[in-house]
Amino acid sequence: MNYIDIYKKMKYIRVVENTIIREYPMQEMRCPIHLSVGQEAIAVGVCEQLNVNDKVFSNHRCHAHYLAKGGNLYKMFAELLGKADGCCGGRGGSMHLFDNSVGLKVSIPIVGSSIPLAVGAALADKLDERKIGTLTVVFFGDGAIEEGVFYECANFASLMSLPVIFVCENNLFSCFTHISQRQPARDLEKLAQSHLIETFRANGNQIINVIETSNRAVNYVRTQHKPAFILFDTYRHLEHCGISNDDHLDYRDHNEMANWLANDPVISFEKYLLEAGAVSSSVLSQIQKDLEEKVNLDLSKAKNAIFPDPSTIAFHVYK
Amino acid sequence: MENILSTASAIREGLLQAAELDKNVIFMAEGVKEPTGFFGTLLGFDKVLDSSRLIEMPIAENGLIGIAIGAAMNGKKVVISLQRVEFAMLALEQICNNAAKSHYVSNGSHSVPIVLCLVVGRGWGQGPEHSQSLESMFAMFPGLKVVMPVFPGTAKGLIIGAINDPNPVIVIEHRWCHYVQGRVRSEYYSLPLNGPQLLQEGRHCTIVASAYSVLEAIEAGQILRKYNIFAEVFDLSVLRPLNLSQINSSVKKTGHLITIDTGAKFLGIGSEIVAQVCSESFDDLKSPPIRLGLPDHPTPSSRALIDYQFYPNLLTILESVITQLKITGDLAQSIKTEALANRGLIKNDVPNPAFKGPF
Repeated sequence: MNYIDIYKKMKYIRVVENTIIREYPMQEMRCPIHLSVGQEAIAVGVCEQLNVNDKVFSNHRCHAHYLAKGGNLYKMFAELLGKADGCCGGRGGSMHLFDNSVGLKVSIPIVGSSIPLAVGAALADKLDERKIGTLTVVFFGDGAIEEGVFYECANFASLMSLPVIFVCENNLFSCFTHISQRQPARDLEKLAQSHLIETFRANGNQIINVIETSNRAVNYVRTQHKPAFILFDTYRHLEHCGISNDDHLDYRDHNEMANWLANDPVISFEKYLLEAGAVSSSVLSQIQKDLEEKVNLDLSKAKNAIFPDPSTIAFHVYK
Repeated sequence: MENILSTASAIREGLLQAAELDKNVIFMAEGVKEPTGFFGTLLGFDKVLDSSRLIEMPIAENGLIGIAIGAAMNGKKVVISLQRVEFAMLALEQICNNAAKSHYVSNGSHSVPIVLCLVVGRGWGQGPEHSQSLESMFAMFPGLKVVMPVFPGTAKGLIIGAINDPNPVIVIEHRWCHYVQGRVRSEYYSLPLNGPQLLQEGRHCTIVASAYSVLEAIEAGQILRKYNIFAEVFDLSVLRPLNLSQINSSVKKTGHLITIDTGAKFLGIGSEIVAQVCSESFDDLKSPPIRLGLPDHPTPSSRALIDYQFYPNLLTILESVITQLKITGDLAQSIKTEALANRGLIKNDVPNPAFKGPF
């Protein structure tokens, strides 16, 4: 494992999100956007443990998962811009990103809705002996764990010993509402443990912890052929939907926010690498410059791409 | 070779033949190996299919239908059987979003070949939450196909057609249609899901029915024929995609249209059929179309509350024809008398034994 490569992957996602923040006011990306800023380490650390045949299922906040699994950036930008080359051909927008070629199967905006799809994929793999050893990961938030479908899926995955990893990113908020207003103070790991599912937990903003923890969980699932649950504690830097900081609305506890923002996954890893002497600040600047160049190239290509033909609007209702 | 089978047994034969041909066909149900075999439709599957293909569903419809969708997106063809349509309402989000829209939203990349077999109950006091016929609700959603088999021969072809279809298919099985008997070819055959099926040709009026109502409509047509009134009777059979070309042609010929919903009249499939036919063939209509269906309140349990008129039936169908064709006097009276004599004292809450067939 090369820490510089890991860093580049996290920084890449941050650069993409910042590019969207820059572009969004032009009103060419006309779809709701849920940015992954602050949650990059989880996506990168988990996907680092996966093979291309392993499947990932995501939710409305899917940019980091899509990019960490290797999803095509041009097709992502094209989708956000509503272009024909978008991964959904302009039919989905930012909440439906997928890239079959790298195993990012689907992203689903309805909270909790992709959890059973992931478990179903794991079931199909288990029934197909050629696919033994592949696994499926589903990312969801602390809100989704309030949905009944999570428990239905945990029960079935445990009962059937399915190769699936439930990854809960607890960013503390469901839109404007803090978890303490939605759930009793409880250990979320116990919810999975009560279904006899092995659980793991790490600070989701510390990439090295994320990698170590994901590695243990992935090894467990691959060798034991049973499901696992990982709880990552993290924080959403920006508003639920959109590109702004909405702290003028004053719904987030100031101390809690300050602590988490001081624990930015990208910046703290930068500091770690600098202090360890693994990189110099000039190398970091060069990495950022190279990433921005690559990202801008895909963005301008997507901006120049054609829109879908309106006469195709009713295509693909049925196969 | 042909056998006389019930519709339930014909569905079973179709499911089993499809499963034997394609190892990717798997079954899920709450009680997938139950000894009574899901009204006979899954009877004995555990004796002939590998047990890994018969997946017991925990009592978790939303989760498990979502899991079926996920498995279907990854190469399986999943048949799910639910004891009543109402249980599927726990999974509407999965059905109406992930099953119905995956192919569209992925620009044709993903498909969800699942078959949901949902059973409609009727009578014997099953009451408001065990006897709803909710086909119109599913038919609202583009991306789903909705099928209502009646006769064994078509039921077998349609169920195989549903399994072979790469799209999500809702098969609404009316419990009383399970008993209908008829000739069924023993070989594997598939029917396209492109309904309606013309059952009786006629020139005086057009009757479009689905599920159990089809049997009532056939009997109405047979009585009318004795009086030289020829009704054209259709088994709608496939509610989505709704293909009304035959029905529009029929209305152009007859000038009259009666629709019979198995479920509610309000926003029933008959509402859509009448609206489309009026838009397409208004000038050909000689009378206002009549929609029959359940009244605009829940279905109570007590047989004392459900009078003879509650469900569309032979008499209400014939009265509708009499109204539309302006039949009066002795002829009208004779038709009604014959209907009453035919129906006699048959209860509204048990199947009409005359409808068992074989057809």
